[in-house]
Amino acid sequence: MNIPSNLKYTKSHEWVRVEGDGTITVGITDHAQELLGDLVFVELPDVGKELAAEQEAAVVESVKAASDVYAPVAGTVTEVNAAVPDAPEAVNQDAYSAWLFKLKPANIADVDALLDANAYAAAAAE
Amino acid sequence: MTQKTVLNEVHRRLGAKMVDFGGWDMPLHYGSQIEEHHAVRSDCGMFDVSHMCAVDVAGKDAKAFLLRLIANNVDKLREPGKALYSAMLNETGGVVDDLIVYYVADGQYRIVINAGTAEKDLAWMAARLAEWQLEVACVPRRDLAIIAVQGPNAKARVWQVLPDARSATEPLKPFYSAIVGEYFIATTGYTGETGFEITLPASKTEEFWMKLLEAGVKPIGLGARDTLRLEAGMNLYGQDMDETVSPLDAGLAWTIDLVSPRDFVGKAALLAHPQQKQFLGLLLLDKGVLRAHQKVITSHGDGEITSGTFSPTLQQSIALARLPMAVAIGDQVKVEIRDKLLTAKVVKPCFARNGKALV
Repeated sequence: MNIPSNLKYTKSHEWVRVEGDGTITVGITDHAQELLGDLVFVELPDVGKELAAEQEAAVVESVKAASDVYAPVAGTVTEVNAAVPDAPEAVNQDAYSAWLFKLKPANIADVDALLDANAYAAAAAE
Repeated sequence: MTQKTVLNEVHRRLGAKMVDFGGWDMPLHYGSQIEEHHAVRSDCGMFDVSHMCAVDVAGKDAKAFLLRLIANNVDKLREPGKALYSAMLNETGGVVDDLIVYYVADGQYRIVINAGTAEKDLAWMAARLAEWQLEVACVPRRDLAIIAVQGPNAKARVWQVLPDARSATEPLKPFYSAIVGEYFIATTGYTGETGFEITLPASKTEEFWMKLLEAGVKPIGLGARDTLRLEAGMNLYGQDMDETVSPLDAGLAWTIDLVSPRDFVGKAALLAHPQQKQFLGLLLLDKGVLRAHQKVITSHGDGEITSGTFSPTLQQSIALARLPMAVAIGDQVKVEIRDKLLTAKVVKPCFARNGKALV
């Protein structure tokens, strides 16, 4: 499994990167895209939307199934990757560069409680 | 306990992602479901469909048995080798299963039934045989495997591997079969493309599969099988119809013979309950993906999607749906997807065949 060690993760298969400006970037893991198969549709949240932790933020659909993407922590959507809905296969090709949205966390310390790469690897292997 | 076809190890070796389908451990895809779909529409691909069960129906009363057992009329099978698609109904007119029956010779038929329903079907057939006291043997052939080779180049590739089969199978029109040695080769399929469904001894299957692979035939998983059949407007048992649904409401009226005086199981129920819904196609005009069980809102009342997916050929979402009788082809309807109402167009339930989009 491709699980970069510099990212944080959730049990629901989101990856999180902490940016220098106090925001976080969120996408789905390589393991998640592999489970879903070829993605054909991605729906992103509106910029400015306030999300609670674990609230549905985006939807990714493969040929076979729809899957929710959750906010890893509470926060406000500051930016979305508009290129992804036009080319959902980018997530299959490189799940860690095809990010979905950025959040300004209500409390940046919440990110520390997310899984590290080793803990995610263990959770994903279950 | 999950059942395995004779090719289980081969699928794993080819990198298949395996899933449970009707109690069988089957390949979902070998990497990319969409690429596999395009391979079948543009070139050819092969499917291990050995989870489906061939049943030999033989005996002096075989024809009389099938005339009563299934809703389509086996009297239409006049030439040896001819195949017929049919539903098998229960007394209330619900669909026990859908199947293909091949007329092999007098008193000798082969039917192919679905994987998840095979045990139920065999018990149903045994019970009807006992009730009607007919001299027929129904023998499930788990010693056989079934490989479907489909696509514009499918037949040529099969002949490359089985040169002896060419003369017997080249003249076959769609929905016929021929026996070539140990191979039972039919011009049937579930993709909307030309090709063969080949029933052969399980012991010969790995060698045959590997030869097809060497000839350039791509292995295709059940994922692409579903998008191909949906584009071709073919029903899936358990999704588009089941024991609670009348075949008349599932787009199967063309397979039901209510004209001839012949009686069959479920006929009285169908005559008492005429068609209530139309089975039509939907083309999603907005962005999104149609899925089974989504509600369809029309100006004539609500309907329901029975199968939906993203069509790789059309590059938009398509569905099969049961809609109110007054809905017309060309109407625009709304589909409830999560918290949104998206716009779809009603079309004939056949989206792509022979490599071409039809809508």
